[in-house]
Amino acid sequence: MKAENSLLEIIKEYFKRNAGILIGLIAICIIVTLNSDKFLTQDNIMNVLRQISANMYLASSMLMILIAGGIDLSVGSLIALTGVVAGTLVANGVPVPVALILCLLGGALCGAVNGAILSTTTLPPFIVTLSMMNILRGATYVFTGGATVRIDDRNFINVGTGYFTIIPLPVIYMFIVILIVFLVLNKTKLGRHIYAIGGNQKAAQFSGISVRKVRMFVYVFSGIMAALAGIVTSARNYSGNPVAGNGAEMDAIAACVVGGASMAGGYGYIGGTLIGALIIGLVNNGLNLMRIDSYWQIIFKGVIILVAVYIDYFKNLKKNKTN
Amino acid sequence: MFRINGINKRKKKGQAKLLPFINGKEGYFLAQEALLLKMDHIHKKFPGVYALNDAKLELRAGEVHALLGENGAGKSTLMKILGGIYEKNEGDIYIEGKKADIKSVEDARAAGISIIHQELVLVPYLTVAENIFLGREAQKNGFLDSRKMIQDTQAALDDFGLKLNPNSLIADLNIAQQQMVEIVKAISFNAKIIVMDEPTSSLSDTEVEGLFKSIRKLTARGIGIIYISHRMGELDEIADRVTVMRDGMYVDTKVVKETPGDELIRLMVGRELTNYYTRDYNSSKEIVLKVENLCGDNSDHVNFELHKGEILGFAGLIGAGRSETMETIFGLRKAVSGKVVLNGQEIQGLPTIEIMKKGIGLVPEDRRDEGIFPDMPTKFNVTLKVLDDFIRIIRVNGRKEAEIFDKCVNDLAVKVASGKTPIRNLSGGNQQKAILGSWLAANPSVLILDEPTRGVDVGAKSEIYTIMNNLAKEGVSIIMVSSDLPEVLNMSDRIAVMCNGAVTGILDHTEATQTKIMEKAVHY
Repeated sequence: MKAENSLLEIIKEYFKRNAGILIGLIAICIIVTLNSDKFLTQDNIMNVLRQISANMYLASSMLMILIAGGIDLSVGSLIALTGVVAGTLVANGVPVPVALILCLLGGALCGAVNGAILSTTTLPPFIVTLSMMNILRGATYVFTGGATVRIDDRNFINVGTGYFTIIPLPVIYMFIVILIVFLVLNKTKLGRHIYAIGGNQKAAQFSGISVRKVRMFVYVFSGIMAALAGIVTSARNYSGNPVAGNGAEMDAIAACVVGGASMAGGYGYIGGTLIGALIIGLVNNGLNLMRIDSYWQIIFKGVIILVAVYIDYFKNLKKNKTN
Repeated sequence: MFRINGINKRKKKGQAKLLPFINGKEGYFLAQEALLLKMDHIHKKFPGVYALNDAKLELRAGEVHALLGENGAGKSTLMKILGGIYEKNEGDIYIEGKKADIKSVEDARAAGISIIHQELVLVPYLTVAENIFLGREAQKNGFLDSRKMIQDTQAALDDFGLKLNPNSLIADLNIAQQQMVEIVKAISFNAKIIVMDEPTSSLSDTEVEGLFKSIRKLTARGIGIIYISHRMGELDEIADRVTVMRDGMYVDTKVVKETPGDELIRLMVGRELTNYYTRDYNSSKEIVLKVENLCGDNSDHVNFELHKGEILGFAGLIGAGRSETMETIFGLRKAVSGKVVLNGQEIQGLPTIEIMKKGIGLVPEDRRDEGIFPDMPTKFNVTLKVLDDFIRIIRVNGRKEAEIFDKCVNDLAVKVASGKTPIRNLSGGNQQKAILGSWLAANPSVLILDEPTRGVDVGAKSEIYTIMNNLAKEGVSIIMVSSDLPEVLNMSDRIAVMCNGAVTGILDHTEATQTKIMEKAVHY
């Protein structure tokens, strides 16, 4: 076995690749710990993980799309649509497991529409998914008349609020999603194909890779993840809210970009994305604990994204100069 | 030295052009006086690499001075220093005898230096006139003065004898025309020194003629041309003198007419290249691939047969439909009608992946655009076509993957630090070998090579020829599309010539000549 495949090498590589953001993450932890004794408690750590879980579902699928050279802006609207549809289904006596499956299938269908358009035409993904974002958000308002759909079903609510031992269920889902995406990107043919079409689409075609199938997969997966986020969000809020998930697509993209993914495609790692989501989550949590006005969180989020891409820019500049 | 300043400006046109042709002692001194550019003792260090170590170059007015060297010899670094893109660590640059301090692209432009890059840098959706005036647009009352820009452009085009419309979009012009626009743009900046980096790499033979005509017009005006090309054949025709570089160092400067081609190659490579073209003809009569009446994009009833173990060359002008036909056979383009039969099996209409599985491989024409995944590790690039060999659902057999990569690196002598090195860091020749290796890993029975040695230095070219010959000996059938006629003539068993999408003739290597091929290439 070659050295580069050993676990130690993989861990080393991980630290080397993510050194910048890891230092940032640790710095944030230290600052918050010094300012609040509540930060390093089990409750709070679980709380942070739960808060970032919905963003991580979206960011995981967004990462694959970004690597493949696309973008999906429609996921935020899909969260709201899924939430209100789920609430309505459950309120009308549809059994919870059936409702969940229908929601996930619905998400897959919306993703498939994006995927179908983007794999059969050369329309830009930004525009296509921007249109889908508006269509789905509008459909949500039309469906509910703008009202919130209340959810009382204990079984459904449990999906978003339950625990497995001490770990909240959404966090469990998050780790499952991360594992799936890690395996797909690193251990499957599909993963190599995703990196290939983002790296050079023409060369991928010349290598016999079906760009259509790969595109279809990443967008369908994105739809499913948005539906999952919609289910969890509505269950936690006891309601399907038509304004839910507003701007969620941007948080997902931010987590990917802070985690080192390239908006130009071909580059990105799930380990980095997780750190990206953690940094954004911790800043929000830390500012809360330090009793800083929540409006400031938005400014901090912006600054962090800017700093992360700025560091990345200089890293690339140095890399290109030495070559 | 002080007399040299501005000598060209005061000279009448036509006088300057005589200079490079004057021989003898007097001529020598004359030429010395007209030294347009002198780059002396240039050193350039990059972190860990000594890119230029005492490089020098002298350019006379009205001279075409070729710059030769393998990839990595330092040619482009030297030109980037001249163009103000890199700063030198040591050494001096004199322009018309005056020491020039070139620190930026603007400095270089002000000093009369213009570089025409291999990849053209015109804006596609602006017109010819808008491109020529880009960054220094004519204005009247604070608005663009389009009329003046168009008139001036027209005048410049006419002056140069070019039949181009100043209002045409760059995107609508072919590469040769775009190159002409670059040249006119350079002149409009009053360039005295024009650097051309592989200007003929994507031109057909007739277009090359057109380019050479333009170059002669430039030299007649006393402009000095630094000409970088891997095509040795062209130098005889266009270049007056040649400077050879190797490993960042100056090797020698020669008069082209007095120096045989193999001596230049020896100077470049630093060793004797005994067999530049390696070829044992040992094809059998067994038909591996049969193409019948294939019609599609730029393919018009194409018919040919490919024998086991042969190299079938495809010659023709740019746009003759050779690449399109190959891409149709490979399932990348839809065929309208016709048959493609591989080992007795009809394969036309199958998707590319199926055609690959049946044993055809295609190394595309444009390496950077269609061949490599530039930012991905070399190992990723090499193993991408044979993922099935080492990935089972979610299990990657790293040892097998490393074996495939090592085999490619060893068999084809690819120079790469490690499998993790992004492939863009490799030289053109090594990239090409890696891409070739990625196809060989799939054990194809038919290998289509589209311009296999484009942008590859002589050493690597010779290695690629040897690899091709060995493959043919092992029974692999090769289709080689190439615009390099000597390559086609020396490497092919038979040569198919295409024109306007049709095969206009198939010549045996024993009867083929450059003239016969050109006759068939302009068949209609």
